[in-house]
Amino acid sequence: MDRRYVYLDNNGTTRIADEVVAFMSENNELYGNASSMHTLGRQAASGIEWAREKVASLIDAENDEIYFTSGASESNNMVLNIFRDRIDSGDKRNRIIISSVEHPATIETAKYLKAKGYHIDYCPVDGIGRLRLDELERMLSSDVALVSVMTGNNESGTIQPVKEAAELAHKAGAFFHTDATQAIGKIPVSVKDISADYLSLSAHKFYGPKGVGVLYARKGVPLSPFVHGGHQERGMRAGTYNNQAIIGLGKAAELAKAGLEEEHDKLWRMREALRKGIEERIPGVVVNGSNDENLCLPGTLNVSFPSAEGESILLYLDLEGIEVSTGSACATGSLEPSYVLLAAGLDVELAHGSIRFSFGRYNTMEDVDYVLEKLPPVIERVRAMSTRRI
Amino acid sequence: MESFMAQWVYTDTVKDHFINPRNLWKDGEDFTPDGVGEVGSLACGDQMRVGIKVCDGRISDLRWLTYGCASAIASTSMMSEMAKGMTLEEAYHLTPAAITEALGGLPEHKFHCSVLGDKALRAAIDDYLEKNGMPNPYKATTAKIICECKGVTDHMIEELVKEGKVNNMEELQRATGASTACGKCRERVLEVLNECLHIYGK
Repeated sequence: MDRRYVYLDNNGTTRIADEVVAFMSENNELYGNASSMHTLGRQAASGIEWAREKVASLIDAENDEIYFTSGASESNNMVLNIFRDRIDSGDKRNRIIISSVEHPATIETAKYLKAKGYHIDYCPVDGIGRLRLDELERMLSSDVALVSVMTGNNESGTIQPVKEAAELAHKAGAFFHTDATQAIGKIPVSVKDISADYLSLSAHKFYGPKGVGVLYARKGVPLSPFVHGGHQERGMRAGTYNNQAIIGLGKAAELAKAGLEEEHDKLWRMREALRKGIEERIPGVVVNGSNDENLCLPGTLNVSFPSAEGESILLYLDLEGIEVSTGSACATGSLEPSYVLLAAGLDVELAHGSIRFSFGRYNTMEDVDYVLEKLPPVIERVRAMSTRRI
Repeated sequence: MESFMAQWVYTDTVKDHFINPRNLWKDGEDFTPDGVGEVGSLACGDQMRVGIKVCDGRISDLRWLTYGCASAIASTSMMSEMAKGMTLEEAYHLTPAAITEALGGLPEHKFHCSVLGDKALRAAIDDYLEKNGMPNPYKATTAKIICECKGVTDHMIEELVKEGKVNNMEELQRATGASTACGKCRERVLEVLNECLHIYGK
């Protein structure tokens, strides 16, 4: 087989869909400031409201529950900041619980708050990286303000029991936030079904443009601005509207809703073909997370290769045109490997040797074949150099 | 139209050694070392084993294995080329800085964790001298005083960590008194201690 270019880092970010690029380009005249009263401004506002409706429809929300942000990182920060404000104002509910496998946008923000003296607790996960509901129940009490649990994990692909977690949070009188960034476009996500009070998402994870996302906030829940300085988004998020990006997000949401089932099946087929192929061809592999279709995001396959280090695997694969990510410490620039895999109880060595393959709509079964041709010799090569034999 | 070229994460020399590692210790190869040294651990993400052959006081041949990232592989490979032909004394004084320079540089965060080849080489030389009942005149000469008040050297810290006698700062202070007087050296002592803990996989 000739050298190909196989992008398998779709959990990192996705290529903007051709339809989205075309739509943004067709609407290049939509440059007016949506806050202005003149025609071009009102036209832009109408485009933004169209996008709001598309996103609302995708997650089963009302239009006025959608707040455009720069992405899920900002949305996650915004949610934690709302509760920081409330705690600062003397709210007796002064504890925040997040899962131990949240995205850095949540976990690092929580750590920052903890360093400032706020009460943050981390709810542990089980061996596949799924939230321990029994632990959450035990941790909850009348002093908890917010519980934040992601819908699906970016590294392991593990789908979280968010509906059950929300129910427990509500029973204790706490609000519930879910970071649905990885789940959107891959599995059905309904704020009504989950009973979420807040939800974060980013356009670029489902074929929309980068730098735009949403915070969903259920009507009546506490809200306070994170970015000050303008009346946009009902005073909750200042800054001139990023028209093109927002309508791109709207288009991506429309496509995601229409193609959800097909997308799920296609990604899962490729994921499973790769998993089985790897297990057949390479000895000693460990699949991280779950192989149950109901517990794993369809496009994510996280595998550890004992005796082989992740960064080396990643770079040898890159030389073959295959782009993946790793949970190895070397790739993170710290001495610690993936905290997500460690939280699920994975051995440190296996975490260093973990590779995440994440599929997207532009991948094909030929990509899977290509990886299955190139990966075994790469692993063999790295293992032959290693101080340990499997 | 502008086209944007991707630059590789490391220098061309690192890439070359990563793709074509020199003096790799191949399975089934007829190589009987006179001394073997191993540092690092799989848990830490880097481990190196170096085997040396010694002839007339020089490293006549050398093989290595590395579990680690690209810079760990490349730096061990580069070390193997540099050390071949050196006298034991020269080899013992090979520094991470010299290896890094020969590689055309490494990212800052890679320097401490991945350049361990020189330490594995020193361990192999120690092993060779010990096995042959020869005195080890090099150990003392490479020691650097880290805590002046208490006269604690980096080698003392390394030995204590290697033997499992010291696993943290408190234990080191109890064992040596390092950084218990003026305290000016605290940061440096911690740095050396953490490096040793990393290298010996504690």
